[in-house]
Amino acid sequence: MTAWTWILVAAIGCYLLKLGGYLIPLAWVEHPVVARATTAMTVGLLASLVALNTLTDGGRIVLDARLVGLAAAGVALWLRAPYLLVVVLGALATALGRVAGLP
Amino acid sequence: MTLTPATRMGLSIAVAVGLYGVSFGALGVAAGLSVWQTQVFSLVMFTGGSQFAFIGAGGGPAGAVSALLLGVRNLVYAAELKGQLRPPPALWPLTAQMTIDESFATAVAQDDPAEKRRGFWTAGTGIFVTWNLFTLVGALVGASLGSPRTYGLDGAAVAAFLGLLWPRLAGGDAIATGIVCAVVTIALVPLLPNGVPLLVAAAVAAGIGIGRGR
Repeated sequence: MTAWTWILVAAIGCYLLKLGGYLIPLAWVEHPVVARATTAMTVGLLASLVALNTLTDGGRIVLDARLVGLAAAGVALWLRAPYLLVVVLGALATALGRVAGLP
Repeated sequence: MTLTPATRMGLSIAVAVGLYGVSFGALGVAAGLSVWQTQVFSLVMFTGGSQFAFIGAGGGPAGAVSALLLGVRNLVYAAELKGQLRPPPALWPLTAQMTIDESFATAVAQDDPAEKRRGFWTAGTGIFVTWNLFTLVGALVGASLGSPRTYGLDGAAVAAFLGLLWPRLAGGDAIATGIVCAVVTIALVPLLPNGVPLLVAAAVAAGIGIGRGR
């Protein structure tokens, strides 16, 4: 039940954020300070999520085959591969890393 | 219906973006969500970055807060689209749900107001349909795969986040912000409870963004 609670809080909250944009004056969100904070926060959160999902497991630092997946995804993005291919290559490289004996 | 440049752009984005709903569906069940729970994300939350963030942060309160923080940009898009599309108030609830990265980008790329509306609605509703369909496919396939580690699905999550981050790394400032936040996160993981390092990184990023203008 508690899993559902957080899912619904997050899902409905995200919807209300979208709806909120139609209810508030445009000038509020166009304020340069707000705009810079929002843009930087998006980059920061995504970078943090990359780091967490590559290097941690259950609140501990763990180095394993996911690093190979990160490298493969980075190369694919650099070569302008489409998003879905990037994700598939990330999985494939990680799985191959495990076959090769990495944890 | 005749295709205009805006509807053509909207439809091709709907196909391309909808397809990676497969990765969200598969990662959702790999993270321990049921097929239904995974589907609720795509139906109600319907904003890819936040959906992945909830799972990537480990769900629970930390997952909810990171999803909401990433969802703030939709509020910014919505405020801008209100001015550009001028939807009647009765349509706000529906317009709001279709307000995502791709529908915003398709709308603002057009010059003519009618084309803006066509682009927004084609991309928004088109992605809503494909994204939900492919989420279900991914969740059902993922549920039948068994242990996520065997197929490198934990590596797929890494690639998914890097793929979301990549297009936002335009310029040295963004790259520096990303590196600082990644380093802060990893440095704090051994010291703070699960989920908190991510929130500290978000605060650091906001601080960097605000400080940059001075």
